[in-house]
Amino acid sequence: MSVAAAADEDFLGSIRTIAADVAAVHADEIDREARFPLEAVDALREAGALSAFVPAALGGGGAGFESIATACFELGRACGATGMVFAMHQIQVVCIARHLDGSPWFEQYLREVAAEQRLIASITSEVGTGGDMGKSVAAVSEPVDGIASFEKQAPTVSYGGHADAFLTTVRRAPYAEGGDQVLVLSTKEQTELEPQGTWDPLGMRGTCSPGFVAKAEFPVEQVVSTPFSRISSESMTPVSHILWSHVWLGIATDAFDRSRAFVRAAAKRKPGEPLPAAIRLSELMSELSLLRAEVSLGLREFCDSAEDRPRLSEMATILRFNNLKIAASEQAPRVCQQALGVCGIVGYKNDTPFSVGRHLRDTMSACLMVANERIHKTDASLLLIAKEV
Amino acid sequence: MSIGAGMKEQIRQIIGEHGGLSVAIETLDDGADLYQAGMTSHASVNVMIAVEDSFDIEFHDSMLKRSVFENVDSIAAAVAEVRGAAV
Repeated sequence: MSVAAAADEDFLGSIRTIAADVAAVHADEIDREARFPLEAVDALREAGALSAFVPAALGGGGAGFESIATACFELGRACGATGMVFAMHQIQVVCIARHLDGSPWFEQYLREVAAEQRLIASITSEVGTGGDMGKSVAAVSEPVDGIASFEKQAPTVSYGGHADAFLTTVRRAPYAEGGDQVLVLSTKEQTELEPQGTWDPLGMRGTCSPGFVAKAEFPVEQVVSTPFSRISSESMTPVSHILWSHVWLGIATDAFDRSRAFVRAAAKRKPGEPLPAAIRLSELMSELSLLRAEVSLGLREFCDSAEDRPRLSEMATILRFNNLKIAASEQAPRVCQQALGVCGIVGYKNDTPFSVGRHLRDTMSACLMVANERIHKTDASLLLIAKEV
Repeated sequence: MSIGAGMKEQIRQIIGEHGGLSVAIETLDDGADLYQAGMTSHASVNVMIAVEDSFDIEFHDSMLKRSVFENVDSIAAAVAEVRGAAV
């Protein structure tokens, strides 16, 4: 085993321990109380997992992207909200690490992520853009003495109240067009968040994602120099869709595991008797395998072309990773609903070992995280011109 | 196939019609960033379709990306490349 592979194994070993011993233990309570999975995130910090993807030369774990995706799956399997918080943080780290472009400020920031295990949230959605991430209303102000600012109305900022820093999309300048965007990293000390409304959603309750008005003041070197349009196609969009779908696959897999445990328990009670639920479980397995196949293939295709950046910008590739998001976000709740069909009333009740209500509710958020309708609209346009898809 | 003034004029006309720019295409030089001039991703697809149609060519997937449709020069180079490959 190579040194890198051994380091990845160590990382995944600690993730599996945290998933089983911490995330799974608190999952129901976090869901019930809609509170941040503090215990699990603290454990992840202690294990250095928040900087797993930061290159070893900058003090991070230097883990491969595949391991990050596997970690999202493992955590999602134990607690959907924990998995999603971890996934979202990693998306921000991946975007910074892949677009450093020699910036000493961002290099230093990644060192701090590793040393201090800082948690990064993103502020991408915005009131008034119709859910289009490729457009911003808020803009970076004209800098005065090297200091710029923005004010952005975000309808949702996941774990905004718990993050150490924020990566925000804004227009490059006050006069810039809506699609002429940049990413700004602001620390929590530089960012004022005014909460808008409450957080009492159907699922993914532990992500604590209410709306905020975000105001930040920061030195101009905290603006990522690569335009957001490039970061989006080369990193943020494919990476988000891959890591989210690994979380959803993890949740759906746990729903399947619970159904399987239910059927086995029933079979033990009445050995030799026909079990209608066993047939449903078999049907469920084929639905889960479809989800797993799409998610695994998406990961492999990204890993194969991760360094072929021009290819990631091609419309055919954009379509491919958009489709991963749509397919996985629709299939995951389907699996969870079928798991409910296997378990029946004990699956419907929230306090049995076979409860899958949380899983179903958590995966129902999937189609809303960048609304599928919006992605379909983009794809419909790209399909008119792309050749091999 | 070289890039003639006629080709660029034709491309400019297409951008003017389909690019959804917030400024007149006449005010932009051949190297000006069309996205910064307000062309959305959706509008860029319409430009691509119109360019294919107007020059009777098909862009390969490797050419269908944002950077290729960034300005008049890059579009003209792409058209010339496809035509050159076809000769």
